[in-house]
Amino acid sequence: MTNPLTLYDRPNSYIGHSVPRPDARRLSEGRGRFVDDKVLPRMVHAAFVRSDMAHARITSIDISDAKNSPGVIAVWTGADLAPHVEPYVGVLSHLAGLRSAPQMPLADDVARWQGEPLAMIVATSRALAEDAVALVTVEYEELPAACDMETALDPDAPVIHQEFGSNLAWERTVDVGDTKAAFSRTDVTLVERELRFGRHTGVTLEARAAIADFDPSEDHLTFHYSGQAPHMMQFIFAKHLGLAEENVRIIAEDVGGSFGIKIHTYGDEIATAIASRLLKRPVKFVADRHESFLTDIHARDHVVHGKMAVTQDGQIAALAFDDVTGIGPFSMYPRTSAIEANQVLNLTGAPYDIENYHARARVVFQNKNMMCQYRAVGHPIAMAICDGLLEDAAAAIGLDPVEIRRRNLMRDDSYPRASASGMKLDDLSHQKALERLVDMMRYEALREDQARLRNEGVFRGIGFCSMVEVTNPSPMFYGIGGAPIASQDGATIRLDAGGGIQVSSSVTEQGQGTNTILAQIAADIFGVDLDRVRIKTGDTEVTPYGGGTWASRGAGIGGEAMLQAAVALKEQVLDVAAVILQAKPDDLDIKAGKITDTDGTERMDLSDLARTVYYRGNELPSDLKPELIATRHYRVTDFPFVFTNGAMAAHVEVDTDTGIIRVLDFWAVEDCGRVLNPLLVDEQIRGGVVQGIGGALYEECLYSEDGQMLNTTMADYLVPMSAEMPDIHVAHIETPTKTSVLGAKGAGEAGTGGAPGAILNAVNDALRPLNSSLWQMPMTPERVLKALGKV
Amino acid sequence: MKQTAQISLTVNGETVEADVPVRRNLVDFLRQDLGLTGSHVGCEHGVCGACTLEVDGRMVRGCLMLAVQANGANVTTVEGLADSGRSAALRQSFMARNALQCGFCTPGMLASAIEYIEAGGASDRNAIREHLSGNYCRCTGYQAIVDAVCDVIDGRVSA
Repeated sequence: MTNPLTLYDRPNSYIGHSVPRPDARRLSEGRGRFVDDKVLPRMVHAAFVRSDMAHARITSIDISDAKNSPGVIAVWTGADLAPHVEPYVGVLSHLAGLRSAPQMPLADDVARWQGEPLAMIVATSRALAEDAVALVTVEYEELPAACDMETALDPDAPVIHQEFGSNLAWERTVDVGDTKAAFSRTDVTLVERELRFGRHTGVTLEARAAIADFDPSEDHLTFHYSGQAPHMMQFIFAKHLGLAEENVRIIAEDVGGSFGIKIHTYGDEIATAIASRLLKRPVKFVADRHESFLTDIHARDHVVHGKMAVTQDGQIAALAFDDVTGIGPFSMYPRTSAIEANQVLNLTGAPYDIENYHARARVVFQNKNMMCQYRAVGHPIAMAICDGLLEDAAAAIGLDPVEIRRRNLMRDDSYPRASASGMKLDDLSHQKALERLVDMMRYEALREDQARLRNEGVFRGIGFCSMVEVTNPSPMFYGIGGAPIASQDGATIRLDAGGGIQVSSSVTEQGQGTNTILAQIAADIFGVDLDRVRIKTGDTEVTPYGGGTWASRGAGIGGEAMLQAAVALKEQVLDVAAVILQAKPDDLDIKAGKITDTDGTERMDLSDLARTVYYRGNELPSDLKPELIATRHYRVTDFPFVFTNGAMAAHVEVDTDTGIIRVLDFWAVEDCGRVLNPLLVDEQIRGGVVQGIGGALYEECLYSEDGQMLNTTMADYLVPMSAEMPDIHVAHIETPTKTSVLGAKGAGEAGTGGAPGAILNAVNDALRPLNSSLWQMPMTPERVLKALGKV
Repeated sequence: MKQTAQISLTVNGETVEADVPVRRNLVDFLRQDLGLTGSHVGCEHGVCGACTLEVDGRMVRGCLMLAVQANGANVTTVEGLADSGRSAALRQSFMARNALQCGFCTPGMLASAIEYIEAGGASDRNAIREHLSGNYCRCTGYQAIVDAVCDVIDGRVSA
């Protein structure tokens, strides 16, 4: 058999090459198949009446006018839908002590955040459903609201869930070494800062969208889903609607961006499924942009008090911080809203040798929309805390920010090892990445330019971030805590009569290029041209069982399953070929759709072999029972996660009159193990960086003191657009993970995780000669001017 | 009050007659009444650019125009740009550069880029970024899109 480790060197190979995405053609011709593009027979449309109040008792809902509105088919309140659903609670057993209250799709008695659905209207069109929404009258008794997470734990704060006695959802402390002793040393320099990370959200260009299609004759629900985890949703609908799991089919075709937003349980989507069951016909719900801002999960929202001590030669003596994060009135189901804080504790300082580490996180209920996992969960906070304090400390002792990293980064030859927080690390390359970065950005020349321009009154800054990224999660992420979330994924590969192959996988495509890399791996390992591979993902009825695509796991886990399946099919095919050709399997190979001798001499076409097996089995020995299909599954076993690392740098200019920050350049060196497709991974890194820049400079869900979100339009909530973004320079170090043959780690979240820290440091580098600094994201012009004392 | 109006227009070269609700915007009409689902709806208030399409030779937001306002107009959507070959070079360069990921912004992005290219725009990265700054893309980081537009202008791609 061919040794898989040499497969990448074969002629006609695809792994590691910049192969364009085959599905891009369809999308560029306007032939996408997004949920809202689908029209089913007898389909009707849903719209929701949502709470205007952050916290209120609902004293009455008058739906009589809405029921008589043109086109309206049904109007339901929370009480109407309650008998048809089992409540859900967003806790996991491995997050000890995490608590949350049962949730229903529509609030019944009390509304706990502005935007919470209260009533559902189904009509013959979305427009007519919205007309009826306007005719529903809700009477509220306003309750005291706990909107500000920083006061939500005060003794006199209104308690959102009386049964808990306080608004504390979860608390965890990590204490390693002796930080107290380290901070009290006389030979260290201390820096201490309050870092604030605003709430922002995903702003997927395609809003959340669903079509529920219940067929009572088979007690079967088909749910057309714009999301990332079909099998998780299969479990959720089955459990909470009381259906057999096999009677729930989740179909996710084209998904117009997800980034973690569309991987949670939303009341309006559960209600849409209930509505289809009650009406016995398809029901579509597509959120409008206002609804997206109000109800798509929000992210971040942390206030961190951090402290670092460094010795005079720049060694980190201790790192400590206290993080408070607001998650809304419930922990999101089923992934929970404690994972981000947990990640912050796990990841902060992970690139560095740190012996003394103390971290506490408190996760707080509040009367705002729910917070949960969004791209680079916890990473931007964790990286900005450590690298922000590190550059602050470097400045305090007069050390260059690159040099202080050289003195503290874990050595590339020191693995396997653990981080201060106990994370198992292997196959990382912080030192190589940093040196590559410094070289790529022409650091010394850039510093010279900076000094020259400062004399001319131009304030530019250079900032860095050395970072880790959690990818390829094992069962230790969710499954261990009881979540219905698969950590393993499967791939099936089948040789068809025409000589092409059909591939299906349980990982999903949201634009990253999952389908393309699966096709590359299948074609490369099995031995056919890429255009002879058809891919199917995103359908629980026809793909193997698995987790989907999140936490940068599609390539590393789904890709490895694909590789193993392709190896298995090749073995099967060569066994059959050996019989037909009177040869030994080891003397044969498959190249470009042909069975060949190992020297490349063509022996027969794959379609001839397949047609012989499928049509003319009489030509084969009766004891030969060919299988021209193989399925393999893969999970990460020896590590809870496969960490990747990167080094990033930002170059910014701060206009000290307007407070506007311009990003001039950005560099990212990333080590995602084996690069499967440079074309795809480079632009994914760039997209991640841009999302990170968005969180650092522009994006914030602004709330009034009484819990009203103030900027629920794209005109008011700022996202990065092309004119503000720089060209982003990307380079790779390839340290393949030893956990798989493929060697691929994830790459999807690195940019979003590392860019905010680099931008923060660059801005503060620019502000330093003015004796100012800014520790609040987004770093808006107003906040810059405040930091400068100008407003 | 009459809730609908009769309109007649040309869409991707075909004559279309329809009785449409007067409040229906152009992109909803194209998507819901004509099944031209290539034009996407992202924000419904003219900011995101996902519904950008051509009306009488100008690129407009399909969500900011009522269907009845298109009476008598000549409308071209992403499907029409593909079928006629007008977007062929740009589509090829978008694929070669991986200038789309989820593809939801792509129809509008192509329309805006074609407007720039057909007006004789230069392969000036800042000018292209400026021109495309009304089209929101959450996936790519924009760089590959700018690269793709430059490739077409500089003749590095031919359809």
